Amino acid sequence: MAEGILEIGDENFESEVLKSEKPVVVDFWAPWCGPCRAIAPVVEELAGTYGDEVTFAKCNVDENPSTPRDYEISSIPTLIFFKSGELKHKQIGIVTKSKLEEIIKTELL
Amino acid sequence: MFSDFNPESTGCKKLFDFQSAVLLTIINFWDLEFVIWDLLERIMKKADYDLVIIGGGPAGLTAGLYAARAKLNVILLEKFAPGGQVLITDWVENYPGFPEGITGADLVMKMAEQAKNFGLSIESDEVLSADISGPVKTINLNSKTITAHTIIIATGASPRKLGIPGEDTFFGKGVSSCATCDGPFFRDRVVAAVGGGDTAVQESIFLTKFAKKVYLIHRRDELRATGILRERALANDKIEFLWDSVLTRVDGLTNVEKITVRNVKTDETRELPADGCFIWIGIRPNSEFLGDTVKRDEFGFVVTDSDMRTSVPGVFAAGDVRSTPLRQIATAVGDAAIAAFSAEHYVATL
Repeated sequence: MAEGILEIGDENFESEVLKSEKPVVVDFWAPWCGPCRAIAPVVEELAGTYGDEVTFAKCNVDENPSTPRDYEISSIPTLIFFKSGELKHKQIGIVTKSKLEEIIKTELL
Repeated sequence: MFSDFNPESTGCKKLFDFQSAVLLTIINFWDLEFVIWDLLERIMKKADYDLVIIGGGPAGLTAGLYAARAKLNVILLEKFAPGGQVLITDWVENYPGFPEGITGADLVMKMAEQAKNFGLSIESDEVLSADISGPVKTINLNSKTITAHTIIIATGASPRKLGIPGEDTFFGKGVSSCATCDGPFFRDRVVAAVGGGDTAVQESIFLTKFAKKVYLIHRRDELRATGILRERALANDKIEFLWDSVLTRVDGLTNVEKITVRNVKTDETRELPADGCFIWIGIRPNSEFLGDTVKRDEFGFVVTDSDMRTSVPGVFAAGDVRSTPLRQIATAVGDAAIAAFSAEHYVATL
């Protein structure tokens, strides 16, 4: 597990994400998904920059079926941006780091 | 005698002519000097980099490997993360050296690792525009502006869209062009795939690992895909072929629920229930940012000679973005080795 990235699953999603005091970015991924592996280092870089203000988490959709179902995820990578337990933005597919930074700045900070 | 004051008199005219000739000569010298200085400045001016590679797929990474080993001052720019289209390829079995086959992601990550081992620096940034006409090329990125003596365009291509109702609305909600991203979400479901080339056929076969049925919609009555893939697809019980057919729309509430297909020979239209719809109808080059600066073919692919030189001196192209009869990982890396070699030669002659 990469440093600075919180691993979350179905059982701790509510406590770690929905009840988190800090905004949370959740990266839904799976080991079989190539683009997920490509976006992971970008999320790690963002955690390095914004880690003090925002929690960065990842959720393996193979091991945790119910959370992706709740958020109607049928394509990964999907990044969901939460603030005060509320879904602020859902980003499907691979995007640029600057686009993700823009979402963090406008939706979470 | 008053006539001597006539400005039209010969004496005055001659004087005037002489003055303007001197003036013109001075201006001409100035002009020339300016041109020479400008030229010298341009030639002498040290750019930030010998070579900037735009794009981090197999072509870009290979060019980076060769350029780094040649000890060029090089940087690779990638908008997302190294990988390119190969990242969405579930299985690669036509790239030599991997007898058991390899996942696209594994292959391209090994390529990135290999290039980095030789000192290639890879930056995550997006090229917004570029002025590539002069000897020193200026590249405007999202975060800064950089200059280079040479550029290798290795920006690849992206999946083409059909442009039908529902395609954009349901993108990521059943509509996809990445079976390795989304295939497993369709376990025991019915999906449609559009296309008849290598990608469409190979990825449809991959989808049958999960889906209980795959409709393969193809506008012709035979597949364009290579022999071995064609045989495998035709022998696969889970694939139902809809020949001479085109997808005309995708519908659903929040996710894809049904598709509409039209037979181009009979003009008969029918609706089919489907949970997903994968579109593999070819690619379009990622070359828009070049505008008219570089010669492109009628489809937008960059035209090069056999040394990978484009119409602009110092600018080279490699991989899927190039106008070429075959677009494979094997051809991309071949292009890239030549492009890096040509760029190195160009830098040496500066």
